[in-house]
Amino acid sequence: MERIVNAIVIEKLTKTYASGWLGRPPFVALSGLSLTVERGEIFGFLGPNGAGKTTTLKIILGLVRATSGTAMLLGKPAGDVETRRKVGFLPESPYFYDYLTAEEFLGFYGQLAGLARTEIAPRISALLELVGLVDARSRQLRKFSKGMLQRIGLAQALIHDPELVILDEPMTGLDPVGRKQVRDLILSLRDRGKTVFFSTHILPDVEMICDRVGVVMKGRLLASGRVEDLLRQGHTQSVEIVCQDFNAEDSATVRSYATRILQQGRQCLVVLPNADLVDRLVTEIRQRGGRLLSVTPHKASLEDLFFPSPRHTTSDVPTEVLSGRQN
Amino acid sequence: MAAIGVIALNTFRESLRDKILYNLLLFAGLLIGLSVLLADLSIMEHHKIVADMGLAAINLTGVIIAMFVGISLVNKEIDRRTVYTIMARPISRTCFILGKYAGLALTLLVNVAIMLAVFLITLSLYHVPIGVAIFQAVGLIFMELLVVTAIALFFSTFSSSMLSAILTLGMYVIGHLTTDLKGIAGKSPSETANMIMNGLYYLSPNLEAFNIKGQAAMGISVSPDYLVLASLYGFAYAAVLVTGACVIFQRRDF
Repeated sequence: MERIVNAIVIEKLTKTYASGWLGRPPFVALSGLSLTVERGEIFGFLGPNGAGKTTTLKIILGLVRATSGTAMLLGKPAGDVETRRKVGFLPESPYFYDYLTAEEFLGFYGQLAGLARTEIAPRISALLELVGLVDARSRQLRKFSKGMLQRIGLAQALIHDPELVILDEPMTGLDPVGRKQVRDLILSLRDRGKTVFFSTHILPDVEMICDRVGVVMKGRLLASGRVEDLLRQGHTQSVEIVCQDFNAEDSATVRSYATRILQQGRQCLVVLPNADLVDRLVTEIRQRGGRLLSVTPHKASLEDLFFPSPRHTTSDVPTEVLSGRQN
Repeated sequence: MAAIGVIALNTFRESLRDKILYNLLLFAGLLIGLSVLLADLSIMEHHKIVADMGLAAINLTGVIIAMFVGISLVNKEIDRRTVYTIMARPISRTCFILGKYAGLALTLLVNVAIMLAVFLITLSLYHVPIGVAIFQAVGLIFMELLVVTAIALFFSTFSSSMLSAILTLGMYVIGHLTTDLKGIAGKSPSETANMIMNGLYYLSPNLEAFNIKGQAAMGISVSPDYLVLASLYGFAYAAVLVTGACVIFQRRDF
Protein backbone atom coordinates (compact mmCIF):
# COMPACT_ATOMS: atom_id res chain seq x y z
CA MET A 1 0.00 0.00 0.00
CA GLU A 2 1.37 3.42 -0.96
CA ARG A 3 2.18 5.64 1.97
CA ILE A 4 1.00 9.18 1.55
CA VAL A 5 3.96 11.42 2.41
CA ASN A 6 2.15 14.72 2.43
CA ALA A 7 -0.76 15.44 4.71
CA ILE A 8 -1.85 18.53 2.80
CA VAL A 9 -1.01 19.56 -0.75
CA ILE A 10 -2.34 22.89 -1.98
CA GLU A 11 -1.71 23.95 -5.56
CA LYS A 12 -2.46 27.35 -7.08
CA LEU A 13 -5.45 27.92 -4.85
CA THR A 14 -7.52 30.98 -5.69
CA LYS A 15 -10.68 32.19 -4.03
CA THR A 16 -12.58 35.21 -5.24
CA TYR A 17 -15.72 36.57 -3.60
CA ALA A 18 -18.16 38.58 -5.68
CA SER A 19 -18.54 42.07 -4.25
CA GLY A 20 -22.31 42.04 -4.59
CA TRP A 21 -22.34 45.62 -5.84
CA LEU A 22 -22.25 46.78 -9.42
CA GLY A 23 -18.98 48.41 -10.38
CA ARG A 24 -17.05 47.16 -7.37
CA PRO A 25 -14.27 44.70 -8.10
CA PRO A 26 -14.53 41.21 -6.60
CA PHE A 27 -12.57 40.54 -3.42
CA VAL A 28 -9.61 38.21 -3.93
CA ALA A 29 -9.08 36.25 -0.71
CA LEU A 30 -6.49 33.84 -2.12
CA SER A 31 -4.34 34.24 -5.18
CA GLY A 32 -2.49 31.20 -6.53
CA LEU A 33 -1.46 29.89 -3.14
CA SER A 34 0.56 26.67 -3.11
CA LEU A 35 2.03 24.84 -0.13
CA THR A 36 2.70 21.38 1.21
CA VAL A 37 2.41 20.04 4.74
CA GLU A 38 4.33 16.85 5.38
CA ARG A 39 3.07 14.05 7.59
CA GLY A 40 4.12 14.17 11.22
CA GLU A 41 5.17 17.81 11.27
CA ILE A 42 3.85 20.93 12.95
CA PHE A 43 3.20 23.47 10.25
CA GLY A 44 2.49 27.06 11.23
CA PHE A 45 0.41 29.09 8.83
CA LEU A 46 1.26 32.71 9.49
CA GLY A 47 -0.19 35.96 8.43
CA PRO A 48 -1.90 39.08 9.68
CA ASN A 49 -5.68 39.26 9.99
CA GLY A 50 -7.34 39.10 6.59
CA ALA A 51 -4.34 37.49 4.90
CA GLY A 52 -6.35 34.46 3.75
CA LYS A 53 -5.47 31.92 6.46
CA THR A 54 -9.03 31.02 7.46
CA THR A 55 -10.17 30.90 3.83
CA THR A 56 -7.41 28.38 3.10
CA LEU A 57 -8.43 26.22 6.06
CA LYS A 58 -12.08 26.38 5.03
CA ILE A 59 -11.22 25.28 1.50
CA ILE A 60 -9.16 22.28 2.60
CA LEU A 61 -12.01 21.24 4.91
CA GLY A 62 -14.61 21.61 2.16
CA LEU A 63 -16.47 24.45 3.91
CA VAL A 64 -15.73 26.81 1.04
CA ARG A 65 -15.21 26.02 -2.63
CA ALA A 66 -12.08 27.27 -4.36
CA THR A 67 -12.51 29.44 -7.43
CA SER A 68 -9.56 27.59 -8.98
CA GLY A 69 -6.67 25.37 -7.95
CA THR A 70 -6.66 22.15 -5.97
CA ALA A 71 -6.29 21.06 -2.37
CA MET A 72 -5.57 17.48 -1.30
CA LEU A 73 -5.99 16.20 2.23
CA LEU A 74 -4.32 12.91 3.15
CA GLY A 75 -4.21 12.02 -0.52
CA LYS A 76 -7.89 12.78 -1.22
CA PRO A 77 -9.49 15.90 -2.70
CA ALA A 78 -10.59 18.51 -0.16
CA GLY A 79 -14.19 18.00 0.86
CA ASP A 80 -14.05 14.20 0.70
CA VAL A 81 -16.40 13.08 3.48
CA GLU A 82 -14.56 9.90 4.43
CA THR A 83 -11.19 11.68 4.76
CA ARG A 84 -12.72 13.87 7.48
CA ARG A 85 -12.79 10.78 9.70
CA LYS A 86 -9.03 11.31 10.06
CA VAL A 87 -9.16 15.07 10.52
CA GLY A 88 -9.82 17.16 13.63
CA PHE A 89 -10.68 20.83 13.35
CA LEU A 90 -10.93 23.75 15.74
CA PRO A 91 -12.30 26.95 14.17
CA GLU A 92 -11.31 30.45 15.22
CA SER A 93 -13.28 31.87 18.19
CA PRO A 94 -15.51 28.83 18.26
CA TYR A 95 -19.12 29.01 19.32
CA PHE A 96 -20.54 25.69 20.29
CA TYR A 97 -23.94 24.37 21.32
CA ASP A 98 -24.06 26.12 24.67
CA TYR A 99 -27.01 24.10 25.97
CA LEU A 100 -24.83 20.97 26.08
CA THR A 101 -22.66 20.00 29.01
CA ALA A 102 -18.96 19.39 28.33
CA GLU A 103 -19.57 15.65 28.46
CA GLU A 104 -22.60 15.75 26.14
CA PHE A 105 -20.72 18.04 23.78
CA LEU A 106 -17.77 15.69 23.38
CA GLY A 107 -20.14 12.72 23.14
CA PHE A 108 -22.01 14.43 20.30
CA TYR A 109 -18.83 15.05 18.32
CA GLY A 110 -17.63 11.53 19.06
CA GLN A 111 -20.86 10.13 17.62
CA LEU A 112 -20.55 12.39 14.56
CA ALA A 113 -17.03 11.06 14.03
CA GLY A 114 -18.50 7.56 13.95
CA LEU A 115 -17.08 6.32 17.26
CA ALA A 116 -18.89 3.55 19.11
CA ARG A 117 -20.49 4.48 22.46
CA THR A 118 -18.06 2.19 24.27
CA GLU A 119 -15.12 4.09 22.76
CA ILE A 120 -16.55 7.52 23.47
CA ALA A 121 -16.77 7.40 27.29
CA PRO A 122 -13.07 6.71 27.95
CA ARG A 123 -12.04 9.23 25.27
CA ILE A 124 -14.17 11.93 26.95
CA SER A 125 -12.54 11.30 30.34
CA ALA A 126 -9.03 11.30 28.86
CA LEU A 127 -9.59 14.49 26.89
CA LEU A 128 -11.23 16.37 29.76
CA GLU A 129 -8.19 15.44 31.80
CA LEU A 130 -5.86 16.57 29.00
CA VAL A 131 -7.45 20.01 28.64
CA GLY A 132 -7.98 20.45 32.37
CA LEU A 133 -11.76 20.49 32.39
CA VAL A 134 -12.54 17.43 34.51
CA ASP A 135 -14.32 19.52 37.12
CA ALA A 136 -16.50 21.14 34.45
CA ARG A 137 -17.65 17.91 32.78
CA SER A 138 -21.29 18.35 33.86
CA ARG A 139 -21.40 22.10 33.33
CA GLN A 140 -23.25 23.60 30.35
CA LEU A 141 -20.98 25.36 27.86
CA ARG A 142 -22.94 28.61 28.31
CA LYS A 143 -21.28 28.84 31.73
CA PHE A 144 -17.76 28.42 30.29
CA SER A 145 -15.22 31.23 30.02
CA LYS A 146 -13.62 32.04 26.65
CA GLY A 147 -10.48 30.12 27.56
CA MET A 148 -12.50 27.09 28.68
CA LEU A 149 -14.43 27.15 25.38
CA GLN A 150 -11.15 27.17 23.50
CA ARG A 151 -9.95 24.17 25.49
CA ILE A 152 -13.18 22.18 25.07
CA GLY A 153 -12.95 23.07 21.36
CA LEU A 154 -9.51 21.49 21.24
CA ALA A 155 -10.89 18.41 22.96
CA GLN A 156 -13.65 18.03 20.33
CA ALA A 157 -11.04 18.29 17.59
CA LEU A 158 -9.18 15.37 19.16
CA ILE A 159 -12.13 13.18 20.25
CA HIS A 160 -11.62 10.67 17.41
CA ASP A 161 -7.80 10.65 17.66
CA PRO A 162 -7.33 12.16 14.17
CA GLU A 163 -4.20 11.82 12.04
CA LEU A 164 -4.32 15.44 10.99
CA VAL A 165 -5.28 18.26 13.34
CA ILE A 166 -6.20 21.63 11.83
CA LEU A 167 -6.40 24.52 14.27
CA ASP A 168 -7.44 28.05 13.38
CA GLU A 169 -5.86 30.52 15.79
CA PRO A 170 -5.78 28.05 18.70
CA MET A 171 -4.08 30.48 21.08
CA THR A 172 -6.77 33.15 20.78
CA GLY A 173 -8.44 33.98 24.06
CA LEU A 174 -5.97 32.05 26.16
CA ASP A 175 -3.88 33.43 29.02
CA PRO A 176 -0.12 32.71 29.08
CA VAL A 177 -0.66 29.47 31.03
CA GLY A 178 -3.35 28.35 28.59
CA ARG A 179 -1.10 29.18 25.63
CA LYS A 180 1.68 27.11 27.08
CA GLN A 181 -0.74 24.21 27.60
CA VAL A 182 -1.82 24.42 23.97
CA ARG A 183 1.79 24.58 22.79
CA ASP A 184 2.62 21.50 24.88
CA LEU A 185 -0.44 19.73 23.53
CA ILE A 186 0.56 20.46 19.93
CA LEU A 187 4.08 19.18 20.62
CA SER A 188 2.69 16.01 22.24
CA LEU A 189 0.53 15.41 19.16
CA ARG A 190 3.62 15.53 16.95
CA ASP A 191 5.40 13.15 19.33
CA ARG A 192 2.53 10.71 18.71
CA GLY A 193 3.04 10.98 14.95
CA LYS A 194 0.17 13.35 14.24
CA THR A 195 0.32 16.21 11.77
CA VAL A 196 -0.66 19.63 13.08
CA PHE A 197 -1.51 22.47 10.73
CA PHE A 198 -2.38 25.63 12.55
CA SER A 199 -2.92 29.22 11.64
CA THR A 200 -1.92 32.09 13.84
CA HIS A 201 -0.81 35.67 13.87
CA ILE A 202 1.10 35.22 17.14
CA LEU A 203 4.61 34.70 15.79
CA PRO A 204 6.57 33.78 18.92
CA ASP A 205 4.35 30.70 19.30
CA VAL A 206 5.27 29.60 15.81
CA GLU A 207 8.98 30.14 16.29
CA MET A 208 8.86 28.04 19.42
CA ILE A 209 7.04 24.94 18.18
CA CYS A 210 6.80 24.75 14.40
CA ASP A 211 8.89 22.50 12.21
CA ARG A 212 7.99 24.51 9.15
CA VAL A 213 5.98 27.61 8.43
CA GLY A 214 4.18 29.24 5.56
CA VAL A 215 3.82 33.01 5.56
CA VAL A 216 0.77 34.37 3.80
CA MET A 217 -0.04 37.98 3.04
CA LYS A 218 -2.92 39.37 0.99
CA GLY A 219 -3.78 35.89 -0.24
CA ARG A 220 -0.29 35.09 -1.48
CA LEU A 221 2.37 32.86 0.02
CA LEU A 222 5.37 35.04 0.82
CA ALA A 223 7.63 32.24 2.04
CA SER A 224 7.57 28.66 3.21
CA GLY A 225 10.16 26.49 4.87
CA ARG A 226 11.91 25.65 8.12
CA VAL A 227 11.89 28.46 10.67
CA GLU A 228 15.72 28.51 10.98
CA ASP A 229 16.14 28.63 7.20
CA LEU A 230 13.73 31.53 6.89
CA LEU A 231 15.44 33.41 9.69
CA ARG A 232 18.83 32.82 8.08
CA GLN A 233 17.57 34.24 4.78
CA GLY A 234 16.76 37.52 6.43
CA HIS A 235 20.34 38.83 7.05
CA THR A 236 18.97 41.30 9.51
CA GLN A 237 20.68 40.04 12.63
CA SER A 238 21.99 42.77 14.88
CA VAL A 239 24.78 42.45 17.43
CA GLU A 240 24.89 44.14 20.82
CA ILE A 241 28.37 44.86 22.22
CA VAL A 242 28.93 46.01 25.79
CA CYS A 243 32.36 47.31 26.77
CA GLN A 244 34.08 49.35 29.45
CA ASP A 245 36.48 52.30 29.39
CA PHE A 246 35.82 52.93 25.71
CA ASN A 247 34.55 56.21 24.36
CA ALA A 248 32.29 55.21 21.47
CA GLU A 249 32.21 58.71 19.98
CA ASP A 250 35.93 58.51 19.29
CA SER A 251 35.53 55.42 17.11
CA ALA A 252 35.08 55.89 13.37
CA THR A 253 33.56 52.41 13.04
CA VAL A 254 30.94 53.19 15.62
CA ARG A 255 30.13 56.59 14.17
CA SER A 256 29.76 55.11 10.68
CA TYR A 257 27.89 51.88 11.31
CA ALA A 258 26.32 51.63 14.77
CA THR A 259 22.55 51.82 14.89
CA ARG A 260 22.55 52.68 18.57
CA ILE A 261 25.10 53.87 21.15
CA LEU A 262 24.43 54.13 24.85
CA GLN A 263 27.19 55.56 27.03
CA GLN A 264 26.56 55.12 30.75
CA GLY A 265 29.42 56.05 33.02
CA ARG A 266 32.38 53.81 32.21
CA GLN A 267 30.20 51.37 30.31
CA CYS A 268 29.17 51.63 26.71
CA LEU A 269 26.60 49.70 24.64
CA VAL A 270 26.93 49.63 20.86
CA VAL A 271 24.44 47.99 18.51
CA LEU A 272 25.78 46.96 15.12
CA PRO A 273 23.44 46.09 12.22
CA ASN A 274 25.20 42.80 11.43
CA ALA A 275 27.93 40.43 12.59
CA ASP A 276 30.45 41.46 9.91
CA LEU A 277 31.65 44.51 11.86
CA VAL A 278 32.07 42.77 15.20
CA ASP A 279 35.72 41.76 14.76
CA ARG A 280 36.68 45.25 13.61
CA LEU A 281 35.04 46.91 16.60
CA VAL A 282 36.37 44.40 19.12
CA THR A 283 39.92 45.04 17.82
CA GLU A 284 39.40 48.78 18.06
CA ILE A 285 38.09 48.52 21.65
CA ARG A 286 41.17 46.56 22.70
CA GLN A 287 43.55 48.86 20.85
CA ARG A 288 42.10 51.86 22.69
CA GLY A 289 42.49 50.15 26.07
CA GLY A 290 38.86 49.27 26.49
CA ARG A 291 37.57 46.03 27.97
CA LEU A 292 35.05 43.86 26.20
CA LEU A 293 32.21 42.74 28.51
CA SER A 294 29.80 40.95 26.17
CA VAL A 295 28.87 40.33 22.55
CA THR A 296 25.21 39.33 22.04
CA PRO A 297 23.92 38.48 18.59
CA HIS A 298 20.22 39.29 18.15
CA LYS A 299 18.39 36.85 15.95
CA ALA A 300 15.83 38.42 13.65
CA SER A 301 12.32 37.14 14.37
CA LEU A 302 9.80 36.11 11.74
CA GLU A 303 7.96 39.26 12.63
CA ASP A 304 11.04 41.33 11.72
CA LEU A 305 11.34 39.47 8.45
CA PHE A 306 7.82 39.41 7.16
CA PHE A 307 5.82 41.99 9.05
CA PRO A 308 8.27 44.80 9.71
CA SER A 309 7.01 47.82 11.56
CA PRO A 310 8.95 51.07 12.05
CA ARG A 311 9.82 49.80 15.53
CA HIS A 312 11.51 46.77 14.05
CA THR A 313 13.25 48.23 11.03
CA THR A 314 16.73 48.86 12.28
CA SER A 315 18.10 50.27 9.03
CA ASP A 316 15.76 53.24 9.26
CA VAL A 317 16.79 54.15 12.78
CA PRO A 318 19.26 57.04 12.80
CA THR A 319 22.44 56.65 14.77
CA GLU A 320 21.99 58.23 18.12
CA VAL A 321 24.31 58.95 20.99
CA LEU A 322 22.74 59.07 24.40
CA SER A 323 25.59 60.30 26.50
CA GLY A 324 25.34 58.94 29.98
CA ARG A 325 21.56 59.09 30.37
CA GLN A 326 18.71 57.01 29.12
CA ASN A 327 15.12 58.17 29.27
CA MET B 1 -27.60 7.28 8.17
CA ALA B 2 -26.45 7.19 11.80
CA ALA B 3 -25.27 10.78 11.45
CA ILE B 4 -28.83 11.87 10.55
CA GLY B 5 -30.01 10.38 13.84
CA VAL B 6 -27.22 12.09 15.81
CA ILE B 7 -28.03 15.49 14.28
CA ALA B 8 -31.78 14.92 14.73
CA LEU B 9 -31.43 14.00 18.41
CA ASN B 10 -29.22 17.01 19.04
CA THR B 11 -31.77 19.28 17.36
CA PHE B 12 -34.47 17.71 19.50
CA ARG B 13 -32.34 18.20 22.64
CA GLU B 14 -31.80 21.85 21.70
CA SER B 15 -35.58 22.33 21.51
CA LEU B 16 -36.11 20.60 24.84
CA ARG B 17 -33.67 23.00 26.51
CA ASP B 18 -35.25 26.07 24.95
CA LYS B 19 -37.51 27.91 27.38
CA ILE B 20 -39.54 29.46 24.55
CA LEU B 21 -40.92 26.04 23.70
CA TYR B 22 -42.29 25.59 27.20
CA ASN B 23 -43.86 29.03 27.04
CA LEU B 24 -45.55 28.07 23.78
CA LEU B 25 -46.83 24.85 25.30
CA LEU B 26 -48.18 26.82 28.24
CA PHE B 27 -49.83 29.17 25.77
CA ALA B 28 -51.45 26.19 24.02
CA GLY B 29 -52.67 24.82 27.37
CA LEU B 30 -54.18 28.19 28.24
CA LEU B 31 -55.91 28.38 24.84
CA ILE B 32 -57.36 24.91 25.32
CA GLY B 33 -58.50 25.91 28.82
CA LEU B 34 -59.97 29.12 27.45
CA SER B 35 -62.12 27.09 25.07
CA VAL B 36 -64.02 25.74 28.11
CA LEU B 37 -64.61 29.26 29.34
CA LEU B 38 -65.83 30.42 25.93
CA ALA B 39 -68.06 27.38 25.61
CA ASP B 40 -69.64 28.24 28.96
CA LEU B 41 -70.35 31.76 27.75
CA SER B 42 -71.95 30.63 24.49
CA ILE B 43 -75.61 29.77 24.17
CA MET B 44 -75.30 26.58 22.12
CA GLU B 45 -72.90 24.00 20.61
CA HIS B 46 -70.71 23.89 23.71
CA HIS B 47 -69.04 20.69 22.64
CA LYS B 48 -68.20 22.03 19.19
CA ILE B 49 -66.62 25.20 20.59
CA VAL B 50 -64.43 23.24 23.02
CA ALA B 51 -63.27 20.85 20.27
CA ASP B 52 -62.86 23.55 17.65
CA MET B 53 -60.82 25.85 19.85
CA GLY B 54 -58.70 23.03 21.17
CA LEU B 55 -57.79 21.89 17.66
CA ALA B 56 -57.10 25.48 16.62
CA ALA B 57 -54.80 25.92 19.62
CA ILE B 58 -52.83 22.79 18.68
CA ASN B 59 -52.61 23.99 15.08
CA LEU B 60 -51.57 27.56 15.91
CA THR B 61 -48.94 26.56 18.47
CA GLY B 62 -47.55 23.91 16.12
CA VAL B 63 -47.31 26.38 13.23
CA ILE B 64 -45.53 28.94 15.44
CA ILE B 65 -42.98 26.32 16.53
CA ALA B 66 -42.54 24.98 12.98
CA MET B 67 -42.01 28.47 11.55
CA PHE B 68 -39.82 30.02 14.18
CA VAL B 69 -37.66 27.02 14.89
CA GLY B 70 -37.65 26.05 11.20
CA ILE B 71 -36.39 29.39 9.88
CA SER B 72 -33.43 29.33 12.28
CA LEU B 73 -32.57 25.66 11.77
CA VAL B 74 -29.81 26.29 9.26
CA ASN B 75 -29.24 30.04 9.61
CA LYS B 76 -28.40 29.83 13.28
CA GLU B 77 -25.82 27.14 12.60
CA ILE B 78 -24.13 29.34 10.00
CA ASP B 79 -24.39 32.61 11.95
CA ARG B 80 -22.99 31.05 15.10
CA ARG B 81 -20.44 29.08 13.09
CA THR B 82 -21.39 25.78 14.72
CA VAL B 83 -21.71 24.46 11.18
CA TYR B 84 -17.91 24.60 10.79
CA THR B 85 -17.20 21.86 13.30
CA ILE B 86 -20.17 19.77 12.12
CA MET B 87 -19.23 19.95 8.46
CA ALA B 88 -15.62 19.14 9.31
CA ARG B 89 -16.89 15.72 10.48
CA PRO B 90 -17.48 12.77 8.19
CA ILE B 91 -21.07 13.68 7.40
CA SER B 92 -22.49 14.94 4.14
CA ARG B 93 -24.38 18.18 3.83
CA THR B 94 -27.48 16.21 2.82
CA CYS B 95 -27.29 14.23 6.07
CA PHE B 96 -27.03 17.49 7.98
CA ILE B 97 -30.18 18.94 6.38
CA LEU B 98 -32.11 15.68 6.78
CA GLY B 99 -31.00 15.45 10.41
CA LYS B 100 -32.10 19.01 11.16
CA TYR B 101 -35.47 18.37 9.51
CA ALA B 102 -35.97 15.07 11.32
CA GLY B 103 -35.03 16.72 14.63
CA LEU B 104 -37.63 19.43 14.25
CA ALA B 105 -40.22 16.90 13.07
CA LEU B 106 -39.55 14.90 16.25
CA THR B 107 -39.88 18.06 18.35
CA LEU B 108 -43.21 18.81 16.70
CA LEU B 109 -44.40 15.24 17.17
CA VAL B 110 -43.69 15.36 20.90
CA ASN B 111 -45.27 18.80 21.25
CA VAL B 112 -48.37 17.82 19.33
CA ALA B 113 -48.62 14.66 21.45
CA ILE B 114 -48.42 16.72 24.67
CA MET B 115 -51.01 19.20 23.39
CA LEU B 116 -53.25 16.32 22.27
CA ALA B 117 -53.04 14.79 25.74
CA VAL B 118 -54.03 18.12 27.36
CA PHE B 119 -56.79 18.48 24.79
CA LEU B 120 -58.17 14.98 25.41
CA ILE B 121 -58.16 15.56 29.18
CA THR B 122 -60.04 18.82 28.64
CA LEU B 123 -62.58 17.08 26.37
CA SER B 124 -63.17 14.28 28.84
CA LEU B 125 -63.49 16.70 31.77
CA TYR B 126 -66.09 18.61 29.77
CA HIS B 127 -67.82 15.37 28.71
CA VAL B 128 -67.26 16.03 25.02
CA PRO B 129 -67.43 12.77 23.04
CA ILE B 130 -63.99 11.79 21.76
CA GLY B 131 -64.31 10.26 18.31
CA VAL B 132 -61.88 9.15 15.63
CA ALA B 133 -62.39 12.50 13.86
CA ILE B 134 -60.41 14.29 16.59
CA PHE B 135 -57.41 12.01 16.00
CA GLN B 136 -57.73 12.39 12.23
CA ALA B 137 -57.74 16.18 12.57
CA VAL B 138 -54.67 16.18 14.80
CA GLY B 139 -52.94 13.76 12.42
CA LEU B 140 -53.51 16.10 9.50
CA ILE B 141 -52.42 19.09 11.60
CA PHE B 142 -49.12 17.26 12.09
CA MET B 143 -48.90 16.69 8.32
CA GLU B 144 -49.42 20.42 7.77
CA LEU B 145 -46.65 21.13 10.28
CA LEU B 146 -44.28 18.86 8.37
CA VAL B 147 -44.98 20.87 5.22
CA VAL B 148 -44.57 24.23 7.01
CA THR B 149 -41.27 23.02 8.54
CA ALA B 150 -40.04 22.02 5.08
CA ILE B 151 -40.97 25.47 3.71
CA ALA B 152 -39.14 27.22 6.58
CA LEU B 153 -36.11 24.95 6.17
CA PHE B 154 -36.03 25.52 2.41
CA PHE B 155 -36.00 29.31 2.76
CA SER B 156 -33.50 29.24 5.62
CA THR B 157 -30.87 27.58 3.43
CA PHE B 158 -30.45 30.68 1.27
CA SER B 159 -31.94 33.69 3.05
CA SER B 160 -31.69 35.51 6.35
CA SER B 161 -33.92 34.58 9.30
CA MET B 162 -36.09 37.66 8.77
CA LEU B 163 -36.58 37.02 5.05
CA SER B 164 -37.20 33.32 5.72
CA ALA B 165 -39.88 34.25 8.26
CA ILE B 166 -41.60 36.60 5.80
CA LEU B 167 -41.45 34.09 2.94
CA THR B 168 -42.62 31.19 5.09
CA LEU B 169 -45.49 33.21 6.52
CA GLY B 170 -46.41 34.31 2.99
CA MET B 171 -46.43 30.71 1.75
CA TYR B 172 -48.50 29.68 4.76
CA VAL B 173 -51.14 32.34 4.08
CA ILE B 174 -51.20 31.60 0.34
CA GLY B 175 -51.33 27.88 1.15
CA HIS B 176 -54.64 28.43 2.93
CA LEU B 177 -56.01 30.52 0.08
CA THR B 178 -55.16 28.32 -2.90
CA THR B 179 -58.82 27.55 -3.67
CA ASP B 180 -59.51 31.29 -3.78
CA LEU B 181 -56.53 31.80 -6.07
CA LYS B 182 -57.96 29.28 -8.51
CA GLY B 183 -61.31 31.05 -8.33
CA ILE B 184 -59.73 34.46 -9.01
CA ALA B 185 -57.73 33.00 -11.90
CA GLY B 186 -60.94 31.83 -13.53
CA LYS B 187 -62.73 35.13 -13.14
CA SER B 188 -60.06 37.73 -13.90
CA PRO B 189 -60.20 39.34 -17.38
CA SER B 190 -56.42 39.90 -17.35
CA GLU B 191 -54.39 37.10 -18.91
CA THR B 192 -51.30 38.03 -16.84
CA ALA B 193 -53.27 37.99 -13.59
CA ASN B 194 -54.67 34.58 -14.57
CA MET B 195 -51.19 33.25 -15.22
CA ILE B 196 -49.85 34.56 -11.90
CA MET B 197 -52.80 33.19 -9.95
CA ASN B 198 -52.57 29.83 -11.71
CA GLY B 199 -48.82 29.74 -11.09
CA LEU B 200 -49.29 30.49 -7.40
CA TYR B 201 -52.05 27.89 -7.21
CA TYR B 202 -49.88 25.11 -8.62
CA LEU B 203 -46.68 26.12 -6.79
CA SER B 204 -48.15 26.79 -3.35
CA PRO B 205 -48.99 23.98 -0.98
CA ASN B 206 -52.69 23.38 -0.57
CA LEU B 207 -52.68 23.58 3.22
CA GLU B 208 -56.48 23.55 3.32
CA ALA B 209 -56.22 19.87 2.36
CA PHE B 210 -55.02 19.26 5.92
CA ASN B 211 -57.74 21.33 7.54
CA ILE B 212 -60.58 19.11 8.72
CA LYS B 213 -60.91 20.81 12.12
CA GLY B 214 -64.38 22.17 11.51
CA GLN B 215 -65.97 18.82 10.69
CA ALA B 216 -63.89 16.99 13.30
CA ALA B 217 -65.28 19.37 15.95
CA MET B 218 -68.72 18.18 14.93
CA GLY B 219 -67.61 14.56 15.14
CA ILE B 220 -67.63 13.99 11.38
CA SER B 221 -64.68 11.87 10.26
CA VAL B 222 -63.11 11.71 6.80
CA SER B 223 -62.59 8.57 4.76
CA PRO B 224 -59.32 6.63 5.15
CA ASP B 225 -58.69 7.25 1.44
CA TYR B 226 -58.75 10.98 2.03
CA LEU B 227 -56.34 10.65 4.94
CA VAL B 228 -53.93 8.57 2.88
CA LEU B 229 -54.10 10.92 -0.13
CA ALA B 230 -53.67 14.06 1.98
CA SER B 231 -50.75 12.47 3.82
CA LEU B 232 -49.09 11.37 0.57
CA TYR B 233 -49.54 14.87 -0.79
CA GLY B 234 -47.98 16.35 2.36
CA PHE B 235 -45.03 13.95 2.32
CA ALA B 236 -44.43 14.56 -1.39
CA TYR B 237 -44.56 18.35 -1.03
CA ALA B 238 -42.25 18.28 1.98
CA ALA B 239 -39.88 15.88 0.21
CA VAL B 240 -39.56 18.21 -2.79
CA LEU B 241 -38.77 21.16 -0.52
CA VAL B 242 -36.27 19.25 1.61
CA THR B 243 -34.57 18.01 -1.57
CA GLY B 244 -34.41 21.60 -2.79
CA ALA B 245 -32.94 22.64 0.57
CA CYS B 246 -30.28 19.91 0.26
CA VAL B 247 -29.36 21.00 -3.28
CA ILE B 248 -29.01 24.67 -2.23
CA PHE B 249 -27.11 23.81 0.95
CA GLN B 250 -24.74 21.64 -1.08
CA ARG B 251 -23.62 24.69 -3.04
CA ARG B 252 -23.22 27.08 -0.11
CA ASP B 253 -19.94 28.50 1.14
CA PHE B 254 -19.66 29.01 4.89
